[in-house]
Amino acid sequence: MSFQSLENSAPARRKRAKVSLFAQGEPMIWLTGGGLAIALSMIIGLLALIFYHGINTLWPVAVLQFQTLDGSLYMGEITRAESFRSNDAEVRVLQRRLVRTGNFEFSGEHFIWINDHDVQAMTQPEWAVVIERTAWGRFYGFPESFTLAGETVAITPEAAWEKFGQYHGAVSERREKIRELETKEVGRVNRRLEKSRLALRAVEMSKGLNRPAWQSEHEKFLETEKSVTKEFKTLQEKIGLLRAENSRYVLNLKTAQGKAVAMPLEAIVRAYPANQLSTLGKAGIYFSRWQEFLFNDPREANSEGGVFPAIFGTVIMTLLMSLAVVPFGVMAALYLREYAQPGVIVSAVRISINNLAGVPSIVFGVFGLGFFCYLIGASIDELFFASSLPNPTFGKGGILWASLTLALLTLPVVIVSTEEALAAVPNSMREGSYACGGSKWQTIKRIVLPRAMPGIMTGMILAMARGAGEVAPLMLVGAVKLAPELPVDSVEPFVHAERSFMHLGFHIYDLGFQSQNSEAAKPMVFTTTLLLIVLIFLLNLLAVRLRTRLRRKFVSTAF
Amino acid sequence: MDVQSLPKKKSNRLTEIAAGKTFPTETHDVLNREEPLLEVSNFNLSYGAKQALFDINMIIPKGKVTALVGPSGCGKSTLLRSINRINDLLSTVRINGEMKLNGEPVYAPSVDVIELRKRMGMVFQKPNPFPMSVYENVIYPLRIDGERKKAVLDEVCERSLRGAAIWEETKDRLHESALGMSGGQQQRLCIARAIAAEPEVLLMDEPCSALDPIATNKIEDLIADLRGEYTIVIVTHNMQQAARVSDYTAFMYLGRLVEYGATSTVFQNPHLQETQDYITGRFG
Repeated sequence: MSFQSLENSAPARRKRAKVSLFAQGEPMIWLTGGGLAIALSMIIGLLALIFYHGINTLWPVAVLQFQTLDGSLYMGEITRAESFRSNDAEVRVLQRRLVRTGNFEFSGEHFIWINDHDVQAMTQPEWAVVIERTAWGRFYGFPESFTLAGETVAITPEAAWEKFGQYHGAVSERREKIRELETKEVGRVNRRLEKSRLALRAVEMSKGLNRPAWQSEHEKFLETEKSVTKEFKTLQEKIGLLRAENSRYVLNLKTAQGKAVAMPLEAIVRAYPANQLSTLGKAGIYFSRWQEFLFNDPREANSEGGVFPAIFGTVIMTLLMSLAVVPFGVMAALYLREYAQPGVIVSAVRISINNLAGVPSIVFGVFGLGFFCYLIGASIDELFFASSLPNPTFGKGGILWASLTLALLTLPVVIVSTEEALAAVPNSMREGSYACGGSKWQTIKRIVLPRAMPGIMTGMILAMARGAGEVAPLMLVGAVKLAPELPVDSVEPFVHAERSFMHLGFHIYDLGFQSQNSEAAKPMVFTTTLLLIVLIFLLNLLAVRLRTRLRRKFVSTAF
Repeated sequence: MDVQSLPKKKSNRLTEIAAGKTFPTETHDVLNREEPLLEVSNFNLSYGAKQALFDINMIIPKGKVTALVGPSGCGKSTLLRSINRINDLLSTVRINGEMKLNGEPVYAPSVDVIELRKRMGMVFQKPNPFPMSVYENVIYPLRIDGERKKAVLDEVCERSLRGAAIWEETKDRLHESALGMSGGQQQRLCIARAIAAEPEVLLMDEPCSALDPIATNKIEDLIADLRGEYTIVIVTHNMQQAARVSDYTAFMYLGRLVEYGATSTVFQNPHLQETQDYITGRFG
């Protein structure tokens, strides 16, 4: 049959069924793209919220004075406004504002709600001053006069403010000096005494009480005690002198309600006439607050001051964790992928590792507390720090145990990604090395590991992000509300792996839910969260850069 | 060409082989006059339940190029990979029979496989340079052998690269990554690596199958240069290539060595009709 006849005899072409909508692919593009868009918009929304609040918290705002219909005066900063339903005869929607009035020692409140319809007058007094203090929270008032060593040297707000500016720097410096003497120097003296006491106790435990060895050690101890007491006295005198000098400077203020307050300059951390500030002046306050936030210790139950110990603790803990988890994870993955005979047992192990990633993190915390702190830590104490018992050294939560607990928590991530990286190394490379006479270990060390290194780094990045953001297990194994003593410092042995530490994630929890001044702490939650996210981002950036360099070196798409 | 005029032994072995029968290899007399480097006797190999090589008996002559040809899946790569025991890496492989390299057994419990492999060089189908510099790639066999002397390493590197006819192209970029080179260059680099340790035998598993014609030409020229200096066993799919580069040709089919003789004879005057059919392209 020729083609011609075939064409002629063929019946009219069957009509094709309508092309299915799904066959065109468009709906799938919309579905998948939509999923991505929803996920992205949620993440971006969350980040934007944190960023907006975190950036704005430290910006100084105007101080307003409210006169209400019943004649009371309130002065402070507006924190936020909201509408509410009043419960009187007719239900109406009303506006009210939350005002931070400070002056806690007089009012017993940091914040007060003021209903808009109660306000008779609202003014911005020129000389309203915001004072951040070392205790009692903020103070809002008007400067009246300045007292220097009992003598009034200025009687107008302008003059008093000028004097304040003149002396405050020196007073702050002396306050820092006192703080340093109290923490570092007194600490050093106390440590000397404690060391001597522990040495005596060690002799007592090994040789027994009132033996000759104990006698000589006891004499040494008494001698140390004597010299320490003397040293302590000189320190106290030094501190006393500085205190006396500082107490000569007093700024006299008046609250909005007309109460006179004599405020020693020593108690003032930062003060500014909020309503007189130019934008530049506000920026100055803003950056000085950021500086305090990033580099100082916290004050006022963490709701004021800085978070430096928390930043430091988070970074050190994350690095320690990576140091612990990567070698173990890589070794485990190497065995599973390169050495173990594939079979039922290996599959079971692999599944178990994957499941480990789904165990609630608090369970790891409990395990860390029981195993690291109470078992290993207590054994270390008994072996090496027996003289200081019953005070635990390692037998309690600490940065080392926290890092190891998180290392356990993130181990599955590292194992799984390392295994994938090892599986992606082409077999031809392994064969090439074997054909050259390479042993298994030489092949792994020289060919497989370098080639898999970028993938291993990916695992490390994921583990770091997971570990740095984890809080629940840390509460059990060493993160605390306040630990101004850093785990790494200039006191020998320089690294104090047994110390408790502060952690940004735990700090957020503490600010948000454990603070007695929760309204003041809330904005700090956003700022701290922003900081934590930035920190994790920076750590990741570092690792990603490292990975890119490795990838350029070992893996190429050529050929 | 008139098929009837060619000498042949009348039989249809291929169908019988397919049915599971094994014939003795048609080995040409010329091979008996050669000095053997490698002797294979009664060699059987199976992957799990599937047997891949049946009763292979052959010698690889010293200093000559021997080509293994045959249709896909006939076991030529398996035979090649059995010589340096790289098949051992698969746990399912079972072996029965004997191989001797320079009179010493290849498959014996006392043999140190790693030492054995150091006496052989291998070039793979796809170029597989290691993720390191050109220099490190070439001296890799010495590195894993623990050689530290810079002078020795430098000398071996230059000699091997010259031997693989790639010295001129690489001498200025010895310390750059080998992964940035073209496929043909990579394959010649792999040959340089394979001859760096001065192996007794060079095994090539379809070394040109992933290369373009120009790169293929260069590799073939290189094999011609290496002939005499090294004993080479080459697996190839390309009949012309086998004819061009080899001294001896072995034709394999379904795991059996069918005919083995001097290349010129096998190609122009094979003893078996089946070999003739394969070489002229009737099947395979």
